[in-house]
Amino acid sequence: MHGMVNRALQGFIVANYGPDVWAEVRSVARLPEDGFEAMHRYDHAVTLTCFGAAVDVLGKHPNALLEDIGTYLVTDPQLEPLRRLLRFGGGTFMEFLVSLEELPDRARLAMPELEMPEITLHAEGCGLFTISARWPVPGIAPLLLGALRAMADDYGALAFLELAGIEGGRERLRVRIFDTDFNEGKAFSLGQVAP
Amino acid sequence: MNRPDGSRCTTDSVGVAALDRLLPMHVLLAPDRTIRHAGPTLEKMAGRGPLAGQPADRVFDLRRPCGLEEFDRLLAADGQRLTLALHGAEDLPLRGVLVRMPDGGALIDMSLGLSFERGVTRFDLNGSDFSPCDQTVELLYLQEANAVIARLSRQLTDRLSAAREAAEHQALTDPLTALANRRAMDIELRRLLEDPGAEFALLHLDLDFFKQVNDTRGHAAGDHVLAEVADILRRDLRGMDMAARVGGDEFLAILRDTTSPEAISALAERLIRRIERPIPFEGSVCRVSASIGVVATTVYGIRPSADLMVADADAALYRAKKAGRATFAIHGRQAETLNREKRMDDPRRR
Repeated sequence: MHGMVNRALQGFIVANYGPDVWAEVRSVARLPEDGFEAMHRYDHAVTLTCFGAAVDVLGKHPNALLEDIGTYLVTDPQLEPLRRLLRFGGGTFMEFLVSLEELPDRARLAMPELEMPEITLHAEGCGLFTISARWPVPGIAPLLLGALRAMADDYGALAFLELAGIEGGRERLRVRIFDTDFNEGKAFSLGQVAP
Repeated sequence: MNRPDGSRCTTDSVGVAALDRLLPMHVLLAPDRTIRHAGPTLEKMAGRGPLAGQPADRVFDLRRPCGLEEFDRLLAADGQRLTLALHGAEDLPLRGVLVRMPDGGALIDMSLGLSFERGVTRFDLNGSDFSPCDQTVELLYLQEANAVIARLSRQLTDRLSAAREAAEHQALTDPLTALANRRAMDIELRRLLEDPGAEFALLHLDLDFFKQVNDTRGHAAGDHVLAEVADILRRDLRGMDMAARVGGDEFLAILRDTTSPEAISALAERLIRRIERPIPFEGSVCRVSASIGVVATTVYGIRPSADLMVADADAALYRAKKAGRATFAIHGRQAETLNREKRMDDPRRR
């Protein structure tokens, strides 16, 4: 797995639970003291071991943990650059959702080696969408669930999201958009205010 | 689609609404160079109310291939790339293309060109100000993504060089000669001084005429000489002794159980003789000599500190240098000058 993914896991634990908890997870997973390096590559097994250790140490359900990580990726102030990059996907939450299938290509423009989930979006009509995704490691749907909920909030849209099982090796979730203009959302302008 | 009069269809038949959608930064000029219509994004960028009816030269300047005043020449540039700028934003050159209209006017489409990043900020543009086919937003995304990645790479490079620095700091070997370095020597010296049973001499050796070799034969020759001297130290010292390169052409050696002036003198003389042997390098020879200062643990009433021993060895070395180089001095004794024959070998006389 790309170091970026592992680094996100590390960043999430440090930001939400503090460096001591991360040290415990690191020691349970037998990771080096320096933790993960964003620009390196790691075996998938390392990622899974680290995640398993986090589940054990935090005593959380894996799906709940993944959802929290997804939310963290969009909302953490340290990761504002990532939120901005995601907002380039579209002017409204609806546009953003429709552009989800482009997300892997969009990410590859910036980072060719990043394993992005393969995402397909199916519009059922009346603001109902089914998203299915495949990733080298399990858990992409709850991760997306957390991230998309945070993105809906970021755009100021009112939406309901839920997991919709696994079909043919693809994890699925359902999104129902009630109102794309529910509230103001968070500011985004194409031009950066500060460099 | 041709009209009965044979002219090509005008923008009226395409519809300005369609033009606004497809080319939100276009401007339609009448033959007299007044603006007939402007796309919504261009209106927003100009920021001076409705542009229709205004003379074009009050809204923008054409820089290339010619100014608006040479309208006929401009019309002849149909299809070529134009450079223009809005008044009030002269520092943001826009890119354009012109199509001649059947009525003698012109349709000009514009884009932000390479100043897109500043343009988007200055004109406060958002995604809906661009046609979905326009890649400007993607360019902005890419530029921002690149900046993030570059920052990550920089952080990695910084961490790596910090780690390298730490590793070098902890290193115990001199990379050029593979002898111990000063840090390793300090550690060994302190360790031995803490052991009350350990008696030894500390020898401080400094090459003579090394600078001349470096200056006249180059640094490669200098490095070669240092490596040869290191070999001599390795060969002439015993396994329990330790030699270190502690500066450019300075070496320190610990000689275990060698504290009598006779034993020290014999070794110092031998080292100087060996070092004075011509060192072949690239077809000719390099000649250097050495001055040595020595101090033995046995001259102190109480166990000395490492710093004191190093300082005393250094003072003895200074005396040897003052006595005419190519010689040695033992702390607490007169400088011993080597015999006259040896002085005839003095490389300075060649």
